[in-house]
Amino acid sequence: MIHSLFLINSSGDIFLEKHWKSVVSRSVCDYFFEAQERATEPENVPPVIPTPHHYLISVLRHRIYFVAVIQSEVPPLFVIEFLHRVVDTFQDYFGVCTEAAIKDNVVVVYELLEEMLDNGFPLATESNILKELIKPPTILRTMVNTITGSTNVGEQLPTGQLSVVPWRRTGVKYTNNEAYFDVVEEIDAIIDKSGSTITAEIQGVIDACVKMTGMPDLTLSFMNPRLLDDVSFHPCVRFKRWEAERILSFIPPDGNFRLLSYHVSSQNLVAIPVYVKHNISFREGSSQGRFDLTLGPKQTMGKSVEAVLVSSQLPRGVLTANLNPSQGTYTFDPVTKMLTWDVGKINPQKLPSLKGTMSLQAGASKPDENPTINIQLKIQQMAISGLKVNRLDMYGEKYKPFKGIKYMTKAGKFQVRT
Amino acid sequence: MQEWANQLCENRQFGSKMTDSKYFTTTKKGEIFELKAELNSDKKEKKKEAVKKVIASMTVGKDVSALFPDVVNCMQTDNLELKKLVYLYLMNYAKSQPDMAIMAVNTFVKDCEDLNPLIRALAVRTMGCIRVDKITEYLCEPLRKCLKDEDPYVRKTAAVCVAKLHDINAQLVEDQGFLDTLKDLISDSNPMVVANAVAALSEIAESHPNSNLLDLNPQTINKLLTALNECTEWGQIFILDCLANYSPRDDRESQSICERVTPRLSHANSAVVLSAVKVLMKFMEMLPKDLDYYGTLLKKLAPPLVTLLSAEPELQYVALRNINLIVQRRPEILKHEMKVFFVKYNDPIYVKLEKLDIMIRLASQANIAQVLAELKEYATEVDVDFVRKAVRAIGRCAIKVEQSAERCVSTLLDLIQTKVNYVVQEAIVVIKDIFRKYPNKYESVIATLCEHLESLDEPEARAAMIWIVGEYAERIDNADELLESFLEGFHDESTQVQLQLLTAIVKLFLKKPTETQELVQQVLSLATQDSDNPDLRDRGYIYWRLLSTDPVAAKEVVLAEKPLISEETDLIEPTLLEELICHIGTLASVYHKPPSAFVEGSRGVQHKRLTSSAGSGESVESPDTGSAAVSEAPPAVIPSQGDLLGDLLNLDLTPPTSTGPPPAAAPGMQLGAMDLLGGGLDSLMGDESEPPPIPLRTDTPQSPQPPHQSPSPPDYSPTELGGDIGGSPAMGAGFGAPPAAMPASFNAPISGGLDDLFDLGGGGMTMGTYIPPKTVWLPAMKAKGLEISGTFVRRSGVIQMEMTLNNKAMSVMSDFAIQFNRNSFGLAPAGPLQILTPISPNQSIEAALPLSTVGPVMKMEPLNNLQVAVKNNIDVFYFSCQYPISMLFLEDGKMERQVFLATWKDIPNENESQFQIKDCHLNSDAASNKLQGSNIFTIAKRTVEGQDMLYQSMKLTNGIWVLAELRVQAGNPNYTISLKCRAPEVSQCVFQNYETVLKN
Repeated sequence: MIHSLFLINSSGDIFLEKHWKSVVSRSVCDYFFEAQERATEPENVPPVIPTPHHYLISVLRHRIYFVAVIQSEVPPLFVIEFLHRVVDTFQDYFGVCTEAAIKDNVVVVYELLEEMLDNGFPLATESNILKELIKPPTILRTMVNTITGSTNVGEQLPTGQLSVVPWRRTGVKYTNNEAYFDVVEEIDAIIDKSGSTITAEIQGVIDACVKMTGMPDLTLSFMNPRLLDDVSFHPCVRFKRWEAERILSFIPPDGNFRLLSYHVSSQNLVAIPVYVKHNISFREGSSQGRFDLTLGPKQTMGKSVEAVLVSSQLPRGVLTANLNPSQGTYTFDPVTKMLTWDVGKINPQKLPSLKGTMSLQAGASKPDENPTINIQLKIQQMAISGLKVNRLDMYGEKYKPFKGIKYMTKAGKFQVRT
Repeated sequence: MQEWANQLCENRQFGSKMTDSKYFTTTKKGEIFELKAELNSDKKEKKKEAVKKVIASMTVGKDVSALFPDVVNCMQTDNLELKKLVYLYLMNYAKSQPDMAIMAVNTFVKDCEDLNPLIRALAVRTMGCIRVDKITEYLCEPLRKCLKDEDPYVRKTAAVCVAKLHDINAQLVEDQGFLDTLKDLISDSNPMVVANAVAALSEIAESHPNSNLLDLNPQTINKLLTALNECTEWGQIFILDCLANYSPRDDRESQSICERVTPRLSHANSAVVLSAVKVLMKFMEMLPKDLDYYGTLLKKLAPPLVTLLSAEPELQYVALRNINLIVQRRPEILKHEMKVFFVKYNDPIYVKLEKLDIMIRLASQANIAQVLAELKEYATEVDVDFVRKAVRAIGRCAIKVEQSAERCVSTLLDLIQTKVNYVVQEAIVVIKDIFRKYPNKYESVIATLCEHLESLDEPEARAAMIWIVGEYAERIDNADELLESFLEGFHDESTQVQLQLLTAIVKLFLKKPTETQELVQQVLSLATQDSDNPDLRDRGYIYWRLLSTDPVAAKEVVLAEKPLISEETDLIEPTLLEELICHIGTLASVYHKPPSAFVEGSRGVQHKRLTSSAGSGESVESPDTGSAAVSEAPPAVIPSQGDLLGDLLNLDLTPPTSTGPPPAAAPGMQLGAMDLLGGGLDSLMGDESEPPPIPLRTDTPQSPQPPHQSPSPPDYSPTELGGDIGGSPAMGAGFGAPPAAMPASFNAPISGGLDDLFDLGGGGMTMGTYIPPKTVWLPAMKAKGLEISGTFVRRSGVIQMEMTLNNKAMSVMSDFAIQFNRNSFGLAPAGPLQILTPISPNQSIEAALPLSTVGPVMKMEPLNNLQVAVKNNIDVFYFSCQYPISMLFLEDGKMERQVFLATWKDIPNENESQFQIKDCHLNSDAASNKLQGSNIFTIAKRTVEGQDMLYQSMKLTNGIWVLAELRVQAGNPNYTISLKCRAPEVSQCVFQNYETVLKN
């Protein structure tokens, strides 16, 4: 099982270590540093690194490497999933997961890690349970604790720990009962030079924020559940009901949680929200290159495309880019050769464009590679897969809750090749 | 560390007084004293603050162990947070202060009785983490109580504690019966307790491979499946991994387990999903393929695997490594999902490379156009490693999908036109492979290739280009000029280029002898005279001799038709793949190595195999090493260490020349008769240069290069390439002189054996010699795919070792040789191992090796143990086997009656040993006949009171006589045998032999 955990910052300092079995010397991280040196980019460090006596499994989140040390055969995904849970918990507790936040709360961090694993076996990883065991620090509570000498460690056995619904604590009370659901879809796509779609798929999630008294039992149904290719549920969802009726039936955890994540594969027709007209070219023998980019909305069902951000890694030989945006602002980093254009909203009547010239370094030959254009965007009030929630019902409690559903589409890895 | 802590403190001195960073001020010197004072303060609050400071120092790796007694004093408190903090401290430092740690025991024991289950659990949990022997003794009683606690939270914590304790003191856990209690917890009513019990047992079982701790039967399986639905995500992983070890009794049980596991595929935790995939992949083997459910299951597996690929890159990487295994085993699952493996430009490099690999595995006629377009796109990316791999991938597609070859070639030509140096070089290397797969089809492109000759600077690309020029020399007008240009810097080239150049020029010479004599002369002298490389020199000499003696033969050898390279490259060997499928989701699956090969903690991992359904028409045969291993003499693979290895390695792997016939068919070097060197070459070339004398080199049985017919995988070693694309496959065949007829009797002492045999044949109904069935001596797992099974026979006085060599690897095996370690009776090969043709994958070959008994002698334990080394082109493998001692009974082992009587009396009584042979239903005559077949001769028979006494004798090859008295009572299946021998050590072996002969 998981032996130890080291947290390493971007400059290569080990700033926290935690051992759940015997102590493993931090020199084991030297193997990690070696691999880090070999990798060209921070994210290229391989996730599994063998050493003579241990295996190092790492994830990179918020510019911190979380490096777990294992000694025997342990499923690597188990370790990676656990590390994700650690990151999520820190974020949940401290608002951000940064080196500074972790150092500021080092005792809470230690208490949390101790609760999350016992001898390397996961113990309590549900945010609800952890919060009952160890109260998250708030300015107010820290102050009160300092003055009154009270503690932020719970005195009681967390009730959820052993019930049939371990994700929900008992005795929840609210004056306003509300349930909000966000359907968020990310579209991953590769568009080729000519503008045709090579592959496109949708990753969707339904995040919920449920604040309801008692033990509400909810059902949520879709207009078009067949759209979903593969679904992963929060443990609260009754799988049999979904299998039989395609209805989500569940007793929700208290507060924020991810109810469902789903996948709409490339085999379905996926709508592409924007198109890009581009001409990025260099002439043989000339030190100048042309850059010409125009964006336009495509299949957006009448909704407007917002928060558009275009970025592209230009060839290494490019020295400067002298461009003229019709709207928004652009930056070109001469060191990383990263061109970023913050477009904003696309107005279908007046399409945004970015035109101008690039100049190559003196003596540089015509670049071989074609830059890829990366696009970020947001579309409110629409799930691009067309998924629609039909209705939400509650059983088991007497009150009438307030219900709300929001839809949003974002670009995930949306890439246009040139 | 200290630095940042100080810095941090400075930075935050004003802004965030309330955060924990204030605790880091303890790093200043003298603070230990201050802390000590604070810890002993009366004020609760001050105490707690002090403990927090101590913990903060501890987390950054600072030594605060000096405060141990003071911190432990704070332990007896009602404040839960303070208690927890002290526990944290204890766990860290108890080991360095074992005597002090005892002080804490009392509080622990008290806490284990607390009313609050949280405190009880916390106490038992912490105690387990204190790795001090003295404490563990006190732990037993509280632990026993906690394992039976009414509160499941305490029970589940206690279950893990057993695993902790086992890690510290395994014997104690067994003595105290905790393992049984743990097993009982599998039937606990609470699913979380079940999950933790399974997790603890699995961890303990890892260090006890044969303990059978997780004794899975249908009842426990049912309980696990019930708990699976209700426990936490982590518990589900433990249970699923445990389920994967179970072997269902039949396909119906298999199906019902699969049905109950499939819902796990929809879990949000990817580790749960992958563990579920493992269970399903394994149990699917049991299902008949025509079953509807089988198809349903296949369909259900694809979506969760695809979803894994949209997760974080680290998860993707592990998923991709596993998908790589899954598509090799069951390509149908993901055959329509090619697009999800397309590479995004900002994927981390480790994800890109894995995706590329899977794309090629999934490439088929249906999707090849898409794949090629993608690969071409990748070839223009920035990352050099990735671009190279993409170009290679195009070549692999051409070889895999025949219909696409033409398109692949034109894509490669397009890429060559880009003139990007490394792209061109990779392209040429793969085009060479395409030529080997589709000879005489795409030679039109050679002209284009030749244009880029100058730009090639990597050995592999140069070697490939030279091979192409040599192979198609007759179609390239200026082939001689091209090759000559390479020859100028011959000594600066790497070995693979040199070897290639040598072969190519010889090919050229054979094709256009008139214009290239000078060239060939030049390269031969460069290779043989000026080079220190034995491979190069040997190859040079071989060509030289060949050209000088028989140019026609040379043509046949060098220009022989080469075998086509096979379709799929770098597939995992089927046996390994089967094992890895059973380990999906583990480190083994990430490294594509069996778990026994690398994980330190797993001592003696049992090999897992897929069990396929009986009679389901499964095309994949699973090797039946399992059943073969049950037979009487289990083959033991000799550990590759220790002095015996040295013994074996000292011996030359060519057979000892003193006993056998001259090793006629040994690798090519035997041709080295000096007189062949005469003017052959001169006359052929009309040149007066005198070839140098050629030293006889019999000590390198490996050279020339072993024939290879596998396609060149992307990462082959330089020397392999040389052999690979050179003319050596043909050479191997050409040089293999016909085997000398196996001498029928080279064993002097048995000259009269035949007569004896006939003599006896007249006497009664003689049965043939008993030949034990073949058993697996060397399992494929241990010998890189080579499986050897065999037996020993004695036919007309000749002892033979009869073997079946089975190639379960993906590549061709050749160059076999065998050697024995010294053994009790001096058994040694009487000739070389006669395996003349290379064994191609999945082929098996029978080989008989005559043995002599005049080899070096060393007593073995057991006496009839034989340690064998077998070499092939891949490696040397060691195994041991046992031969029936009757192999050594001579045909003239019948003693004169008088001599028998005298000898019997003469041998002292303490040398007599008595044995019982049970359940033998032969009468004395039949027994006598049967034994005679194995050269155990009956000299006299007496009947006393219905009991037959048979007096028998046998003679061992080393001249030892064994006398026996066999008592057979009519109607009683139990025989009694008394053996007398001057060397009583052999009695046990002889008795065993009696038993096997009589019972078979």
